Amino acid sequence: MARALTRIAHEILERAKGSTDVVLMGIPTRGVDLARRLAERIAAVEGGQVPVGSLDPTMYRDDLRLRPTRALEHTEEPAGGVEGKLVVLVDDVLYSGRTVRAALTALDDLGRPRNVQLAVLVDRGHRELPIRPDYIGKNLPTAQVEQVRVLVAERDGRDAVLIEREVTGSAQ
Amino acid sequence: MNRHLISAGDLSRDDALLILDTAAELAQVASRPVKKLPTLRGRTAVNLFYEDSTRTRTSFEVAAKRLSADVINFSAKGSSVAKGESLKDTALTLEAMGADAVVVRHGASGTPNRLTNWIDGSVINAGDGTHEHPTQALLDAYTIRDRLGRLDGLSVVIVGDVLHSRVARSNVLLLATLGVDVTVVGPPTLLPVGVETWPCATSYDLDAVLPKCDVVMMLRVQQERMHAAFFPSAREYSRRYGLDARRMATLPEHALVMHPGPMNRGMEIAAEVADATRSTITEQVANGISIRMAVLYLLLGGTEPAIGHDPAHTEPTESA
Repeated sequence: MARALTRIAHEILERAKGSTDVVLMGIPTRGVDLARRLAERIAAVEGGQVPVGSLDPTMYRDDLRLRPTRALEHTEEPAGGVEGKLVVLVDDVLYSGRTVRAALTALDDLGRPRNVQLAVLVDRGHRELPIRPDYIGKNLPTAQVEQVRVLVAERDGRDAVLIEREVTGSAQ
Repeated sequence: MNRHLISAGDLSRDDALLILDTAAELAQVASRPVKKLPTLRGRTAVNLFYEDSTRTRTSFEVAAKRLSADVINFSAKGSSVAKGESLKDTALTLEAMGADAVVVRHGASGTPNRLTNWIDGSVINAGDGTHEHPTQALLDAYTIRDRLGRLDGLSVVIVGDVLHSRVARSNVLLLATLGVDVTVVGPPTLLPVGVETWPCATSYDLDAVLPKCDVVMMLRVQQERMHAAFFPSAREYSRRYGLDARRMATLPEHALVMHPGPMNRGMEIAAEVADATRSTITEQVANGISIRMAVLYLLLGGTEPAIGHDPAHTEPTESA
């Protein structure tokens, strides 16, 4: 995971030709931890601070009515806002693409970035929308009955990517 | 499963904290250039107000509109209620119109509870008689937590016409659930029978409790509900239970002064106290919108409400 993040950090810098105007927006909960780590790595290479924010797209999801009401996560605008910036959305797993679609709509309400890119640690396929990540930690072909869980040290005590067969009843 | 919000007493500690936390997130929306979320698009909320209340009705209306719900205001004046339509028929009409939520204010205690029999959507109590006003209690708790940083272990004094006050009852129930020590203070004639069974202490002496409290919550003297002589004169009430500058000076430095509004300035609260920096009266109004957005979202947002059952259900699931 460490190597993948370092690579993504370099890729972001390369594409953006430096860290000026780059803003990282993590999608809760683990996307936020990953965004912070990316910011640290970018700072280590380039010096200077990259603003990190968090963006909870829950209120913008198209499947809200299909599930029980979810609790909201924290949304925090990065220092300096997003207007005119190069925003990189950061999430742990990319699956159907619906979270990202909701996040794009949510981002609209915060301001108008110059450019929006998407970084994910794991791309597991099965897209339901025309959404494609710009930076991928690892492509992980999975069956739809499988679950991909990303654990991060900040939250779970260790870094890991787990593929689980769906067990009836437990974690969705 | 609890799809209605009738009483603050129905909320568990987890439910109440979930509502406050959700409101805190939604409060950010108010400071954005775009103050609207698409969450309840296509849903209909009806404000069914049998009693006048600009403040509460507008607050619910703004909250529902910020979540993109359609809002219908239905006031008793000028509607078929004035022609003698029964509550049940009104409810059936609303049901037929496809109301997803009915926010009801009524002069008779128990009306919201009654409505739940006839309406499939969520019923939210916006004040029923002298019974309850749960969203007011939630916004008061939110305001206290916002200003003082916590609720657990605080001491809150509720002063005045407790007998006629649905705000007082809801606050006592909710604040007790949230770990606050509540004392109600008022003349013996304005404390309800059975107050000793409430989860709070009682006192007749305001001056004795003020120096030890973190929050003093003044209640409006509800002249419109007073059909008997509960105290000798307005002047005497004001002298014993009104909050003036002299009394305010006996409060601890950090203590807040709250009032649910509308105020009778000079009666239960002096103008200079109402306008002091430690008074939260206008903040309470702003926080009311966030709280009502949170309640509408948590009750209507998904297939089942997020409050009223096992908190494990509300954990965010996968990130797809």
